[in-house]
Amino acid sequence: MSNRALFWAGARRCIPVCVAAGPFGALFGALAVESGLSPFEAVLMSATIYAGASQMVGIDLFGQNIPAWVIVLSIFAVNFRHILYSASIGRHLGDWNGWQKAFGLFFLIDPQYAEAERRLEMGGKIEFVWYMGLATPTCLFWLSITWLGAQFGNLLKDSHSYGIDFLLPIYFLGLVMGFRKRSFWLPVVGVSALAAVIAYETIGSPWHVSIGAVAGIMLAAFFSPQARGKLSQSEGQVTS
Amino acid sequence: MMSSTVWIILAGAFMTYLTRVGGHIIISRFEHINPRIQAGLDAVPAAVLTTIVAPAVYHGGPAEWGAIIIAGLAGLYLSLLPMVIIGTGALILARAVLGV
Repeated sequence: MSNRALFWAGARRCIPVCVAAGPFGALFGALAVESGLSPFEAVLMSATIYAGASQMVGIDLFGQNIPAWVIVLSIFAVNFRHILYSASIGRHLGDWNGWQKAFGLFFLIDPQYAEAERRLEMGGKIEFVWYMGLATPTCLFWLSITWLGAQFGNLLKDSHSYGIDFLLPIYFLGLVMGFRKRSFWLPVVGVSALAAVIAYETIGSPWHVSIGAVAGIMLAAFFSPQARGKLSQSEGQVTS
Repeated sequence: MMSSTVWIILAGAFMTYLTRVGGHIIISRFEHINPRIQAGLDAVPAAVLTTIVAPAVYHGGPAEWGAIIIAGLAGLYLSLLPMVIIGTGALILARAVLGV
C-alpha cells in the first residue's frame, strides 16, 4: 500500500473516535471556561495533555485552591494506564525509528491504542503512516471541539439529558467488546471489572483504573493458556 | 510571563507524555519477554478499558443499565459507531421516559 493509502486507511478509523469523543471534548471546553480557564488555556490543555479524563480532573482541581503538585500528580494518576498501553503496543513498533516513536507515542490515547491493537488482531502491522493517519485528524478534531465547547458551552448545559456523561462508558464497552475473540477475554474482563469497582469504592478514583487493570493483567499472566504455554504466541493473540 | 495555570498544564502534559513513552522504554530493556509477561501485555486492552466502564455502570440506575445492555447486544452484531449511537439513543430515551 502506498503511504497515501495507508494514511487514509488510518484516517478513516477516526470517525467513530470523533463521534464518541466529540461531545465529551465540547463539554470539557465548556467546563474549563466555567472553572476559570481561558479558551486558550483549555485548548492548550487539549493540545499538550491530550487525554480527556485527566483534563476533566485537572479543571476540577484548578477551581479548588489545591497545591500545583497535587494537580499534576492527579493528572499523572489518571493517565498511568498509558504506561500499560505503551508497553503493550511498543512490542509492535519494530519498523519505527526513535524519532517516530518519540513523536507518535504522544498520541497514544485510549481509542488510538484500541484501534492499533485491533489492526494487529486483523493480521495487520502498525505502520507509522497508518498510525499518524488516525492520530492527525483525531487530534485536530479534539482541539477544534475543545475550542468550540469553550466558545459555545452554554449549549451543553443539559449534558445529562443528552446522555453525554454516559457516552464514554458505552463507547469503552464497545472497545472492550472489540477484543472478545482473544483467548481468556471473559475472565480478564470479569476480574478487571470486579477489582475496579472494589477499588473505586475503597481507595477511590482514579486508582481504580490501575488497580483493576493490574488485577486482570496478573490473572492473564498466571492463568491464561498462553501464559501456561498451551498456545503458541500467535494463537494467543487471536483465538476464534 | 505565563500564568501558573499554564505551568501546571505543561507539567501535567510532561507527566502524561512520560506515561506514553515509559512503558515502551521499560519493556524494550528486555531482550526476551517471557510468555507470562507476553500474556499479561496481550490482556492490556481488555483489562484497562474495562476499568473505565465498570464503576460507571455500577453507579448507574435503571436508565444506564438498560442502555448498557442494549449497547452490549448491539455490539455483538454491529460495529462501534452504530453501537454507540444506539446505546446513547436508548439512554436518552430511557432518561426521558423515567424522568431521571
